[in-house]
This record gives sequence, structure tokens and C-alpha cells, in this order.
Amino acid sequence: MNRRKFLQLLGITGGAATAVSMGARKAVAASGARVEPDRNAVGVLHDSTLCIGCRRCEAACARVNNLPPPKDLGDAAVFDAKRRPEVDAYTVVNRYDRNAGKPIFRKMQCNHCLEPACASACFVRAFKKTPEGPVVYDPSLCVGCRYCMIACPFTIPAYDYHKVLNPLVHKCTLCAPRLAEGKLPGCVEICPTGALVFGKRTELLDLARERIRKTPGLYEDHIYGETEVGGTSWLYLSPVPHAELGQPELDTTSIPELTSGALGAVPMVAALWPVLLTGAYAISKRRDRIAAEEEAAAVAKAVSEAESKAAEELKKALAKAAKEKESALAKAAQEKDAAVAKALAEAEAKAAKTAATEAAAHEPDGKGER
Amino acid sequence: MQYPSVIRETLDSARNQAALWRSRLPSFKELLLSIPRTPANIVTAAILAMGALLTLLRFTLGIGGISNLDNVNPWGIWIGFDLLCGVALAAGGYTTSAACYLFGLKRYHGAVRPAITTAFLGYLFVVVALHYDVGQPWRLVYPIFVSQGTTSVLFEVGLCVFIYLCVLLVEWTPASLEWLGLKTIRSFVVKLTLPLTILGVILSTMHQSSLGALFLTSPGKLHPLWYSSFLPVFFFVSSMFAGMSMVLFEGGLAHRFLHHKMDEAHLHSSREIALGFAKASSFVMAGYLCMRLFDLAMNNNWAYLGTGYGLLYLVELLGFVALPMLLYAFGVREKRFGLIRAASLMAVLGIVLNRLNVCLIAFNWQLPADERYFPSIMEIGLSVFIVTMIITAYRIFAHFLPMLHEHPEYKDAH
Repeated sequence: MNRRKFLQLLGITGGAATAVSMGARKAVAASGARVEPDRNAVGVLHDSTLCIGCRRCEAACARVNNLPPPKDLGDAAVFDAKRRPEVDAYTVVNRYDRNAGKPIFRKMQCNHCLEPACASACFVRAFKKTPEGPVVYDPSLCVGCRYCMIACPFTIPAYDYHKVLNPLVHKCTLCAPRLAEGKLPGCVEICPTGALVFGKRTELLDLARERIRKTPGLYEDHIYGETEVGGTSWLYLSPVPHAELGQPELDTTSIPELTSGALGAVPMVAALWPVLLTGAYAISKRRDRIAAEEEAAAVAKAVSEAESKAAEELKKALAKAAKEKESALAKAAQEKDAAVAKALAEAEAKAAKTAATEAAAHEPDGKGER
Repeated sequence: MQYPSVIRETLDSARNQAALWRSRLPSFKELLLSIPRTPANIVTAAILAMGALLTLLRFTLGIGGISNLDNVNPWGIWIGFDLLCGVALAAGGYTTSAACYLFGLKRYHGAVRPAITTAFLGYLFVVVALHYDVGQPWRLVYPIFVSQGTTSVLFEVGLCVFIYLCVLLVEWTPASLEWLGLKTIRSFVVKLTLPLTILGVILSTMHQSSLGALFLTSPGKLHPLWYSSFLPVFFFVSSMFAGMSMVLFEGGLAHRFLHHKMDEAHLHSSREIALGFAKASSFVMAGYLCMRLFDLAMNNNWAYLGTGYGLLYLVELLGFVALPMLLYAFGVREKRFGLIRAASLMAVLGIVLNRLNVCLIAFNWQLPADERYFPSIMEIGLSVFIVTMIITAYRIFAHFLPMLHEHPEYKDAH
């Protein structure tokens, strides 16, 4: 069971997994990055046991793509340094020396992945995997972000770093224009030893397996490109492990699949965050509201307590005042009575005294009135 | 002709402002000459002049004319530093506004405006920097308007950054609308705060994590200690404390150099904000540290710890995540603001180190030394130019706009 089947199974059974894997697969399907495997899709098989390093493929490639012809053709010193595809050379052949035995030559160009990393990485869909096999590039869309070069597991695309006005990505086209005219790719057409075989990819795989089976011990039992990053249109046979020919050891998972999980999570984030965040907002709002209500209630209680206490005190004070007033009034009344009595007594005493004096004046001589 | 009052007010105000500016215009030269010739301003002027020259070179010689980028190393510091670090350190915008408006931490209000301004400037200059890095900057709108590569992580980044920049612009406008005196529009924009904040968090979650997801394509090129299927999660979680640490760090700088621009409310709340953010950062960093260590264990990458890259990994995680995490915690407990500021600087540097590790230092780790990338002096110069432009714009905004203080007529505001 491969990973994709596994994800599909998960999709049937699991809730969250369904969302992610479905989202992921749809996200891939939406771009045309993955096309359904076409039985008739073409490819090229490179058999490095047959390659003699003549570099005529490089020359033919330059010719059919209108690039400057490779320098130093026939000069073995070229092989002293490892070269890679450049903006003016879509394919190069490198030599790999061995401790024992003849050196091995390996051709290098775009491998035309079945699920191309460049096509899934490109944010303007400038790369497209055609059903016929080639991965083609639309220069009118390219922004020049160079993410394709980061994503490519073989580090193939080259960029016009020194152009100002229309810098572009350059890579092998598998001669898609020539294929449309019914011609062979330039490199395959010129190859003098049969190291390059063009054909349907399915048939090339059969051919490669047959070669491995028929000549035991000659080849590594591995067709490079059969399963690497989900499979490539170019296939390689080698007498030594492919890593020794500078071919990276890669997983069978395609590069688009590595990012599809993250991309599939995007709609879920968009759907879930508003719920959680509005929830957080509602919680904080409610917390504020309850705090405000509690505060208001506490204030109201404090106020009513203070008020009732004040009322009681007021009542007490009033009562006390009334009592005081009464006692003051009583005292005043008492004092008044006393004062009146005293005044009366005084007046009576005075009157008595006066009467006595008068009586005394009349009685001895009777002249008092005059 | 009768216009609705909103338009009339806007038009009147704009007319008044235009008249005001016209009356000031002849003295613009004087304004320029009136800038004090402090050492900082002279250095700024020199860097801006250098940047103008580098811009000229970039657009006459091409990318290759001033950079060390090549076919094996297509991304350099303009992506690793200007884009990745720029976006991560501008995360203070969403963390601060979410804390204040969504999680009800209203006492953080004083930090929102500077954080939104920093985020806006950060994203704006990320886009400016991209104009130097991409080959055909005049096509930068293509992914949005011409041909949508929906399977690309970079498409998601581009779309989110584009929309988020618009969101930040709207979130940031109240400051300039107050300055211009456009009350009606301002009050309308202020009403949008809640939905804009939620939208900002969604967009930030997406593109912060997607910046990490960019490197999911390269298991063969990125060192196993940094490659992980959880890269998007790491980038998102680290952006939280990156943003908060940047708010703290920048707050420290602003206190030192722009103290006179701050009002009592801002000064009063900033201590509380420092404690809150330091505490939150410390917590998030603890979680992040656990995630990174679990990832190390799950992928059984222990053996790499003994290598040179292992040392770099340990320096990044222990020196620039664990240590600032502890400093934050200690600083909060002891209320030592100097420690918190030091921790914020370390955390910011830690984020820079992490992003550079993922994008440049641990990328293409298997290549021989002579095929590895090191930035050219002009590439570094251009990045310095971009950072200087951000700082200069921040200083200009802080000078003119009610950013570190409340506008006297809009105290109600918040």
C-alpha cells in the first residue's frame, strides 16, 4: 500500500484526516500539477554503460534550442570539473571516475517528473506537465521568484541572473516543439551509441528491466527515475549505485505531496479561527460584563447599607434631639414656674412691705399724703 | 450641488489640508534643511544614498550584477533576512491587536498603535525588498491577478501578504486620519476593528506558517535537524514570540529615543505591557522548545547533535530560545525590566538565526564549500538599506502621527 492509498483509506475513515487528505489531493489536482498517468506518455532512457562522453548530445541540444554551441568539444579536460545545466546549456555530460574500471558518463538535464515540483511550486503556473510527457514553461508568466529552483529535487532550472529586462528560467523542454512535429528530441536523434532511447515510458521501463535481467552483474538493480519523487520521464541505468553518479537519493513521495498537507490545512484554518477567536472575544466580553455587573452590585449593596445605616443614625439622632428638646422644654417650664413663683413672692413681699410702710405713715400724723 | 455629509466633510477637509500643504510647500527645502545634523541622521542619509546607488546598479546590471546568487543558491539574504525575518518580526501587529481586542487585555492598548505601525512598515518593506529580489518585479501582481498557482505555497504566502498589507493599512489609518482631521471616516474605520483583527490573525496564521511550508519541498537540501514536516507549525508558533519580543525590543528603543513623544498613559501602561508580553513570550517559547525537541526525538536525529550543524542547532535552541525564555521568566518574577529588554533582543536575534539557518545556512548543507552561498557586500548593503528605510519611516511617523500618544481630540477613541 502506498502513501496515497493510505491517505485515501484514512479519508474514508477519519474525520480530520478526511479534510486534510481530501483538501490536499484537490489542491494538487486543481493546478494540473499532477496529470493522470498517461500510458502513452513518452520519456528517455539513458544507459550509462553505453555512453562514451562524446557530448554530441550537448551540441545537438544547443543547435535545436538556438543556444551557443558548447566550447571545447572533444577536449577531455572539460570533464575535470563537474558541470550543471545553465541558461545557455540545457544538458551537460559529466564524467565519474572509478577506482577500478572505465569512467562512467552521465547525462544531466531536466528529468520531467511525473509530478513536477516546479509546477506545484510555481505561483503563476508557468510550468505545466503535459499529458505527452514534457514539463513545459511559459515565459510570459514568470515573475522570477526562483522558488522552482528551490523546489526542484535535482536542482535543474537555471536563471538569467545577468539580464535586466526579461530574465527567465531555462531548462530542457524534452524538445516538446519537435515532438509535436513528430521528430525525436535533439539529443536522442544524434546519439551515436544508442545510450539514449526515446519511447513510451512504460515500454522504456520494460526495456530497462530486460537489460538488467539479460546481462546479470552489469547493472545496478535499480532504474533511477522509476519511483524517485513519484517517478520521472527520464530513466537511468548504471553499473554503479546512482549516488556515485551524483544523482540524489530521493524518497518515492512526490514533492507536491510534501506541501499538499500544509496547503490542505489552509481552508480549515480559515474556517476554524473565526469561531475560536469570536469565542475568545465573547468570553472576554462576558468576563468584562460580569465584572462590571458584580462591581455595580457591590456598589449598590454598599450604598444601600450606608443609606440604611445613615437612616438609623438619623432616626437615633432625631429621637435624641426630641428627647433633649422635651427635657429642655420641661426644664424651661420649671424654671419659668419657679421664676414666676419667685416673682410673685417678691411682688407679694414688696406689696406687703409697702402696705406696712404706708400704714405706719398714716397712723402717727396723717400727713403722709401731701 | 449637494453631497452627503460624509463626502462633503472629506472634501472640505482634503481641500483644507491641500491648502495647508500648498502654503507650506515653498518651505519644503527648509524643512529638509531643518533636520538636525545629528550623527544618527548623517549615517541615515549616507545609507539612503548608498541604497539609491545600489538600486541603480540592481536595475542596470541585473540581480547577478550585485549578488552572489546562482543556480544552486537561488535565494539569498534578500529572502532569508528581508522576507523571512521581516515577516516574522512584524508579527507583533497581530499578536498585540489580538491580545488587546480579542482576548480582552485592554491595558495593552498603548502598545497596539506602535505595533500596528511596525507591522505595516515591516510588510510594506518586505514587498519593497521583493522588488529587488524577483527578476521581473513589474509582474509581482501576476500571481494574484493574472495566473493563480493555487498549488504553490508561495501563492498562499503572496496572497495572504497582499491582503494582510491591505488590512494593516486600514488598521493603521486611524492615526493618519486623526492627523488629517477626518472624523467621520475615522470613526467608521474604528468600527471595523474587530473583524479586521480576526482577519489579521487568520491571514497571519496562514502566511507565517506557509513561510515554513516553503521549505517542505526540499527534504534533500535542508539539513535534517531543521527539516521537519512540522516546519509550518514551528514558523507560526515562533512568529508569536518573535512579534511580542520585537514589540518589547522596539518599545525599549522608543523609550530611549522617543521618550518626549509619549504621553502619560503610554508611559504608565508600558511597564505593565512589558511584564505581560514577557510572560506570554516565555510560555510560548517553552512550548516551542518542547515541539522542537519532540521533533528531534521523533525523527531520531540525535546523532547529528555531535556534528558542526548539531552545535549550531544547540546554539539556536539553547542559546537563543531557552536562555531568553528563562531570562523573561526571571525578569517578570523579579520585575527587572533590564533583563526583559535583554531577553527580547536575544529572542529577536534567535528568530533571525533560525530563519537564516532554514533558508541559507543549513540549506544545501551537503554541497562542497565552494558551491555554498555567502552574500556579497552589495547584497548586505541593500538589506541594510531596507532596514534603514523602515527605521526612518518609523521615526517620521512617530514625529508626525499620534502613535506613541493619544490625539487630544480622540481620547474616547478606544
